[in-house]
Amino acid sequence: MQVTITINGEEVTRDVEPRMLLVHFIRETPGLTGTHWGCDTSNCGACIVRLDGQAVKSCTVLAAMADGHEVTTVEGLERDGRLDPVQEGFHEKHALHCGFCTPGMMMASRALLDENPDPTDEEIRTAISGGICRCTGYQNIVAAVRWAAEREAEVKQEA
Amino acid sequence: MQTPAPCGYERATSVDGALAALAAHGPTARLIAGGHSLLPMMKLRLATPEHLVDINDLDELAYIERDGDVIRIGAMTRHVELQRSALLAEHFALFADAEAVIADPVVRNRGTIGGSLCQADPGEDLSAVCAAIKADVVIRGPAGERVVSMDEFHVGPYVTAVADGEILTEIRVPIRPGAGSAHEKVERRAGDFAIAAASAAVWVGGGTFADVGLALAAAGPITVDVTRVGELLRGQPPGEELFEAAGAIAAEDCMPMADTRGPVDYKRHLVGVLTKRALRRATARALQQEA
Amino acid sequence: MATTVEQPASPERPIGFGRLRRKEDARFIRGQGTYLDDIRLPGMLHGAILRSPFAHAKINSIDTSKALELDGVAAVVTAKDLETLGLAWMPTISYDTQAVLAGDKVRFQGQEVAFVIATDEYVARDALPLIEVDYEPLPVVVDARKALDPDAPLIRDDKPGQVDNLATPTWEAGDEEAADRAFAEADVVVTRDIMYPRCHPAPMETCGMIADFDPKTGQLDIYNGNQAPHVHRTVYAHVAGLPEHMIRIMCNDIGGGFGNKVPVYPGYVCTIAASIVAGAPVKWIEDRSEHLTSTGFARDYNMHASICAKDGRITGLEVDVIADHGAWDSTAQPTKFPAGFFHICSGSYTLDASHVKVKAVYTNKAAGGVAYRCSFRITEAVYMVERMVDALATEMGVDPIELRMRSFIAPEQFPYETTTGWTYDSGNYAETMKVAMEIADYEELRREQAAKKERGELMGIGVAFFTEGVGAGPRKHMDILGMSMNDGADLRVHPSGKAVVSISCQTQGQGHETTFAQIVAEELGIPPEDIEVRHGDTDKSPYGLGTYGSRSTPVSGAAVSLVSRKVRDKARLIAATMLETRPEDLAWEKGRWFVKGDPEQGATIEDIALRAYSGEELPAGMEGGLDAQIVYDPPNLTYPYGAYICVVDIDPETAQVKVRRFIAVDDCGVRINPMIVDGQIHGGLAEGIGIALMELISFDSEGNCLNSSFMDYLIPTAMECPEFELGMTVTPCPHHPLGAKGVGESPNVGSPPAIVNAVIDALRQGYPEVDHIDMPCTPDRVWAAMQGRAEPPQ
Repeated sequence: MQVTITINGEEVTRDVEPRMLLVHFIRETPGLTGTHWGCDTSNCGACIVRLDGQAVKSCTVLAAMADGHEVTTVEGLERDGRLDPVQEGFHEKHALHCGFCTPGMMMASRALLDENPDPTDEEIRTAISGGICRCTGYQNIVAAVRWAAEREAEVKQEA
Repeated sequence: MQTPAPCGYERATSVDGALAALAAHGPTARLIAGGHSLLPMMKLRLATPEHLVDINDLDELAYIERDGDVIRIGAMTRHVELQRSALLAEHFALFADAEAVIADPVVRNRGTIGGSLCQADPGEDLSAVCAAIKADVVIRGPAGERVVSMDEFHVGPYVTAVADGEILTEIRVPIRPGAGSAHEKVERRAGDFAIAAASAAVWVGGGTFADVGLALAAAGPITVDVTRVGELLRGQPPGEELFEAAGAIAAEDCMPMADTRGPVDYKRHLVGVLTKRALRRATARALQQEA
Repeated sequence: MATTVEQPASPERPIGFGRLRRKEDARFIRGQGTYLDDIRLPGMLHGAILRSPFAHAKINSIDTSKALELDGVAAVVTAKDLETLGLAWMPTISYDTQAVLAGDKVRFQGQEVAFVIATDEYVARDALPLIEVDYEPLPVVVDARKALDPDAPLIRDDKPGQVDNLATPTWEAGDEEAADRAFAEADVVVTRDIMYPRCHPAPMETCGMIADFDPKTGQLDIYNGNQAPHVHRTVYAHVAGLPEHMIRIMCNDIGGGFGNKVPVYPGYVCTIAASIVAGAPVKWIEDRSEHLTSTGFARDYNMHASICAKDGRITGLEVDVIADHGAWDSTAQPTKFPAGFFHICSGSYTLDASHVKVKAVYTNKAAGGVAYRCSFRITEAVYMVERMVDALATEMGVDPIELRMRSFIAPEQFPYETTTGWTYDSGNYAETMKVAMEIADYEELRREQAAKKERGELMGIGVAFFTEGVGAGPRKHMDILGMSMNDGADLRVHPSGKAVVSISCQTQGQGHETTFAQIVAEELGIPPEDIEVRHGDTDKSPYGLGTYGSRSTPVSGAAVSLVSRKVRDKARLIAATMLETRPEDLAWEKGRWFVKGDPEQGATIEDIALRAYSGEELPAGMEGGLDAQIVYDPPNLTYPYGAYICVVDIDPETAQVKVRRFIAVDDCGVRINPMIVDGQIHGGLAEGIGIALMELISFDSEGNCLNSSFMDYLIPTAMECPEFELGMTVTPCPHHPLGAKGVGESPNVGSPPAIVNAVIDALRQGYPEVDHIDMPCTPDRVWAAMQGRAEPPQ
């Protein structure tokens, strides 16, 4: 069947089997391999993208189900050559080691900040609890998201 | 990674359309809503439906609204909406309790109440929630609509009253005065299914319990509705000793199975503790005395 | 409140050292890393493995015909096909053999039985259920303690002369007679059975490979995220009979390893064979269930231990271990140490004597025994001794810190030779313990605990002190498959003064691209951003043994430091010619040789580099260029250590354990990048929480793995980890050129005993008869302990 998904603002059309998982569509068709997979049971969160703005696990959505919808991936965070504050925060606060969970963590974090620009540490921990990081112990991820929130507040104040 | 077996797919644009699709494809067709139970099973190839009918576009089934003395919840309402609903928070606080500990926020963006109920996993929380608050569910099929109680809804493990070719469309909860409710769960780790969980709803009037609902998740082959707790509490004034006794009854009446989450005796013990805690909290909420 | 003790400001802040943000982040935060599954080669086929549903069964027949009929299936490889290539069996890294694909029988659930090659992954997986295997189930043994029973089924009937399930005969260290004497003379003796259950490193990226064999040239390109690419290449050359110089392994980015990506797995050999047979690139990547059920597990040590004290001080230790190796012995450790470094188990204390016995058995479980973020069985050793010290303190009625303080090796005793033959390099244990106590406010915690006990609350304070031996190792003692555990380094300073350093070890997230640039920067004064670190590609890096056992900084770090100094020495000679003086009249400051007594006269490393490549005069007999190579043979391991304190609360009704606080004071010598060091500690602590509270690979009596997905193999999320409170002391390693010791694994080694000691301490507030609980401390198991029924996990 033919599926058209708008990924990071670009329409992508491809003939797929109905059973194809969205994560595979994203990785194969536009070749956006920043979205990873790490389990088969919707537990690890490496595949988190935003579907019509909401953070979802793209291993548990069929590409067919996303037909006609909008997807944002980690590659869509940077705009006009400017990193998203979440990306900057992950770098500033050493919130990644191997980098494998990082795209999913950043997408969940971005979704959180869009809804709640000033989250508590507990709210940040809850928001990223659908992802597993084996490297960082989460502490610096929490710090990175807090950093991004503060940075965005500063920018807003300056504007 | 694991991949589903080949299957067909179509997207329904109305409930009638979905029913027609199910009728056309017969019993090998499955509805897919949030997909968070079905797709992992398909990846494991434990479920191999030949045809999927996607009902995610059925906005007509996504609502939480008050209709007189009834709260009506559309089957396609996502977990996140249940968690955030002011209407539910006002009348049935146990939804927010349960939703805070069902899977994780990302899964909750996608999963639906209808999907959870129809999956009928004995460890699933919302079935206990709906049983405790004495909800009815609306099932629509080719022959029209029927309303069944939660008691009738659970037929067996992973089996509900929703027959092939039918769709669960709505959950209805009557609003009665003096209500308070709570959901208590112990899990091995955030996001895990319950080791055991208890949903309690109480209706207090004139200083005594007018009615009580108590249901358990992960405490038997299906959601366990502990009717003896209601029998014990009705007409009695709230009190700690009563909650203890209710816990003991629930621990006796549940039918847990040993698994990687724990042995039977621990689960019975937990059921007792969680029943007591849920009733205590539900009562405090009913009396507006919650700490 | 969380307190992080910052590294004390040093009077001069060297250019290379410090909290430099990571160079490698740039690609990762943009989703532009290159992990294995991100690579797609033209004409690539996809592999999938059919695995055994049985833990022990004879294979009567395998029928692949229906699978071959499926559209898109190119081939199905079985043991019979591999036999013709001589690849049906392969060596493990512990000189045992293992089946690549099962031919005679299967020996654990999840064992590889057939390998499908197809046009895409979906089709390859569709073909798996079409393969018909006739299994004849055999009796199963999954409990190591029963593997040597006379009626236990013989697992390794493939091995000539193997009559039982003994995998390695008893291996001993220490002095049994002296230990017996110590126990005879002791005032107090405590004995416990302690199990370190089977767990799994479970990195977020599973294992896999792309093999690309070019039949025209005979070149084999391998893309594979592993922790030791050079050793893997040697193994493939040996196993497949391919010329080593025609094999290239490229690791690219790796989504975590933690010891799991050290071994060579059957799937890799299948993938290579498939590429050779198909004449096309073949990609195979396991799913999460395959990963958990078939790749290298960790631990699975059954330890019977006794500890004793005399005159208030720890004096003796005896340990008898049964190690469960699964169906093959593919444990990871240096050849001469069949129990790894377990015999470091005398810990941080001055014992009079100790004695260790370890024997290993085969069971119908997946093979492994990899070092899950630890140096070869040191995690098991530290866990055991720190549990035993706590048990002893309880028996003696002494505060657990007090007993440790009385028994610590004193600073003036270093270098200290232990009763099992290790020479610890340096340390000031009591000082580090005191820093941890200060951060924790230990006395106040004990007061709080007493007050809570009055109210029926279960609060526990757990202490652990560990010494690790990392950075294997000296070639006279340590090799893997005959390869000495030395690391090469190759440094090229270009005419512009910018540099490329090639290292043999391979990052899986540890930040090598930053840390190793910082080392060169420190030694040569070249800014870190002008130094490119090359690694993970066997064609572009010198030979070395890889990244595991916290060996990167101790071994490769030393190599990079010394190769930089070689360049610096050559630069001195060139500078002398440039400045028309004698080399001995020059002094070095970061980035520049200058004339002693006339500091204005000098040459920067940039000037010198340009001169080295120019047509201008060089010292007599000197070759042009500014390069150097080295192979570093460490004189000893490095011995990082630390004091950990954990505070837990247990719900008295539900038995749920919550880690409320975790204080970790590490001494890993000089810290090159303290930000990265802290990050490593955070990560290891989270893994320690996982192991102590939830991570478990268990089996039912039929050998079915009960934790074969992330639904049941539980890894901590952000919700289970507290805000860690870190502190530090710095005792430089005397034999490492920078004074550094390894650190990556310390937190995984030190945290499980601190947590379990805290759980037991909490339980004893209400249940004083509890004297041990095995991990993981899941609610049901903690509750069982409350009922007086603590048992090891299945």
